[in-house]
Amino acid sequence: MKFGVIRFPGSCDEVDALHACERFGDAELLWHHDRDLHGVDAVVVPGGFSYGDYLRAGAIARFSPVMESVAGFAREGGPVLGICNGFQVLCEAGLLPGALLPNKTLRFVFRQVDLVVENADTPFTRVCAQGDVLSIPAKHQTGCYYAPEPLLDELEANGQLVLRYAPGQNFNGALRDIAGVTNEAGNVMGLMPHPEHAVDPLTGSVDGGRIFESLAMAAAVPA
Amino acid sequence: MRARVLIRPKEGILDPQGQTVERALPALGFKGVSHVHVGRLVELDVDDPSQVDAMCEKLLANPLIEDYEVTLLDGR
Repeated sequence: MKFGVIRFPGSCDEVDALHACERFGDAELLWHHDRDLHGVDAVVVPGGFSYGDYLRAGAIARFSPVMESVAGFAREGGPVLGICNGFQVLCEAGLLPGALLPNKTLRFVFRQVDLVVENADTPFTRVCAQGDVLSIPAKHQTGCYYAPEPLLDELEANGQLVLRYAPGQNFNGALRDIAGVTNEAGNVMGLMPHPEHAVDPLTGSVDGGRIFESLAMAAAVPA
Repeated sequence: MRARVLIRPKEGILDPQGQTVERALPALGFKGVSHVHVGRLVELDVDDPSQVDAMCEKLLANPLIEDYEVTLLDGR
């Protein structure tokens, strides 16, 4: 299977994401101006500061030509993973519910966090078990997940809350400790922490690799 | 026509910028300050002012978390 990792002007984690994908499949970078997704089986929208985060994080990137193709790919059930800024882009694009607000402390925070897998029956977590804890770094200033209460109830009931910060580790103020959510169909997920930075023992944890491994497996054998 | 769009966090949404400013003002000796909210101002010249609401909905604001107010400045 082949991953496609999008590169926007201002992306900064696309090379790590590419490297993470290459551990579990083929992978190539997709330029934001290119509408052709080059036949990839899964799309990763990486972290960074696409288009300088002007106006609101992710607000401009959602209109880039490649995002039209990504929206079509997602509508047809293709798996799409948004990491950090990629999560913000997917929310702005309406491919994921909710929005990301500035961290409650207003500070940029960089720390290792524990994430609890709430739903292991997704293309992003299928090699995990419910309740597994993944140690993954987070680094952002706009990661406080927000959705209106009725929508949060709905997400919870539908199993769309896939990853939560472990007790005491929700540093950004995210409602219901939400670190990662999917769309209703379950084929698009966004998360604020960075699994692509936790795939090599050199950096202390390989737990992030389980997200990419799940995705590779899901794309090769659709559920 | 010149349009001015005022965008602010929706009522009830966490506004840490507003809270920080609210805490900073008394520290400088300004008393009796409350309900501080920090938003954004977008000014634009438009040929067709009837499009400004759609611009707000699609790009200038995120209606899930922000309210906006449009004022047309060159009379109406």
